[in-house]
Amino acid sequence: MSMILAIASREFRSLFLSPMAWTILAVLQFILAFLFLTQVEAFTSLQPKLASIEGAPGLTDIIVPPLFGNAGIILLLVTPLLTMRLICEERRNKTLSLLLSAPVSNIDIILGKYLGLLGLMLLIIALITLMPLSLLSGAELDFGKLFANILALLLLVTAFTAIGLFMSCVAGHPTVAAMGAFGMLLLLWILDWSAGMNDQRSELFEYLSILRHFQNIQSGLISSADLSYFVLFTATFITLSIRSLDNDRLQK
Amino acid sequence: MTALIEAEHLTRYYGKHCAVNDVSFALAKGEVLGFLGANGAGKTTTMQMLCGNLAPSAGQIKINGFDLLDQPKAAKLSLGYLPDTPPLYKELTVQEFLLYCARLHGIAKNSIPDSIKRAQERCGLTEVADRLIANLSKGFQQRIGIAQAILHNPEVIVLDEPTVGLDPIQIREIRALIRELGQDHGVILSTHRLTEVQESCSHVQIIDQGQLILNETVAGLNRQMDTGTLQVLTRLPSDINKLSAIPGVNSIESISANRIRIHHSVTANPAEHIAEQIIAAGWGLQELTPVKRSMEDIFISLTKEHREL
Repeated sequence: MSMILAIASREFRSLFLSPMAWTILAVLQFILAFLFLTQVEAFTSLQPKLASIEGAPGLTDIIVPPLFGNAGIILLLVTPLLTMRLICEERRNKTLSLLLSAPVSNIDIILGKYLGLLGLMLLIIALITLMPLSLLSGAELDFGKLFANILALLLLVTAFTAIGLFMSCVAGHPTVAAMGAFGMLLLLWILDWSAGMNDQRSELFEYLSILRHFQNIQSGLISSADLSYFVLFTATFITLSIRSLDNDRLQK
Repeated sequence: MTALIEAEHLTRYYGKHCAVNDVSFALAKGEVLGFLGANGAGKTTTMQMLCGNLAPSAGQIKINGFDLLDQPKAAKLSLGYLPDTPPLYKELTVQEFLLYCARLHGIAKNSIPDSIKRAQERCGLTEVADRLIANLSKGFQQRIGIAQAILHNPEVIVLDEPTVGLDPIQIREIRALIRELGQDHGVILSTHRLTEVQESCSHVQIIDQGQLILNETVAGLNRQMDTGTLQVLTRLPSDINKLSAIPGVNSIESISANRIRIHHSVTANPAEHIAEQIIAAGWGLQELTPVKRSMEDIFISLTKEHREL
């Protein structure tokens, strides 16, 4: 366990030693703050109309789900850039042999790498959450819904990071890893679109779509089907990553 | 005494190409084993297998009594490895990097500062401890690689070409360090420089085309080296036929009209008879020198022999 933490903390700190993490944090914050303010603006212009409607959506409904939904889309673009270097670059710089000859198992290596990057992801989510929380100074929030959105985004990034890590294990070059991860994520994201077309609904595609499960949780409906989708998804790709690292020793 | 490393029948294929073929050897405490071979002979592959970076296609490796496959963690605890490219995180400082290595190798928290300090002193890194690895020269980076390998005071130290990229003074320091480490550890080092083996190793192994062709102590090899050949220079051309008749002379090659080289057997040294003969015949003896076979000669002749087989 202490080995996993050692690997994770190095990974996390290394991210901040390059401009990468800072740039991504800044860009994300800037774009999402802009979108957040747009939503607040929309709410203030809609407020008089909403007041006259019975059971109208509240402040949280109008501001939080779009903000977290957009964050999900932007993270879909950003996560592959963060995960691409995880294993791939270690292999290219030949630093992987340091880990392979140290008394740590492949499981420790993969989990350490995964948790290290997840640390950055948690930081990103925390920063995003601060935006709606800032409204508390002049309004009330529906904390249940806010929590559901945080949970949805958290599960989403655990799945994104797992796929990215796996692609980084498989690919020979970081760019290839990023492209592969991005392609897979985008495919899983838009799988649902074809399901909505005409009458050609496919149960399988609907189940596989990440977006569908994300939105279910986001709406406040936390069901075990959606939770287990994300858990299974993440576990599968972490297992595949471990397998792929095992494979490194067997063939070259 | 139990062996620190026992490698049995190691074989490694890359696809159909056989990089290492049925290599077996053992390393005991207090030995420095030099691993010699031409480029592509299978040195690095063998090292990688010993350190768990590469799984052998067949064979077994035991480190300090632990099987590398069945108990990898226990086996790797007593292992320090410097690969052919030092595995350094260039964005860290020397101190941070060694701290990370110490944690990876499971050194107890309260003894980490001491072990880092000792490794830095041994490798001459104390004055660059707070500098970024990326900004240091190749020689320093190589030394950080060595520091990383000896940091946790492992029983077995495996160094893949440790003196590459170092200047002559550093090479001398590193060789002294290796000899010092060899006193209470087992050290394997691979190299293609033969003088290095002569200077710092107690045992030598030559690998060629994936096969082990020599496993000898350096003392034994030195014995092999000072036998065999005499170089003779005379004022007048000498009669080769007469000299060939002297007992103990195996063959004679003439280099120029006055200079010949006499190959003789190890047991009967005919130098005295040759000198008498030349003086008696009045050819004018000017020079009679035993030719030492250098390690290069042995290496080249052995690999040649092996390839002709």
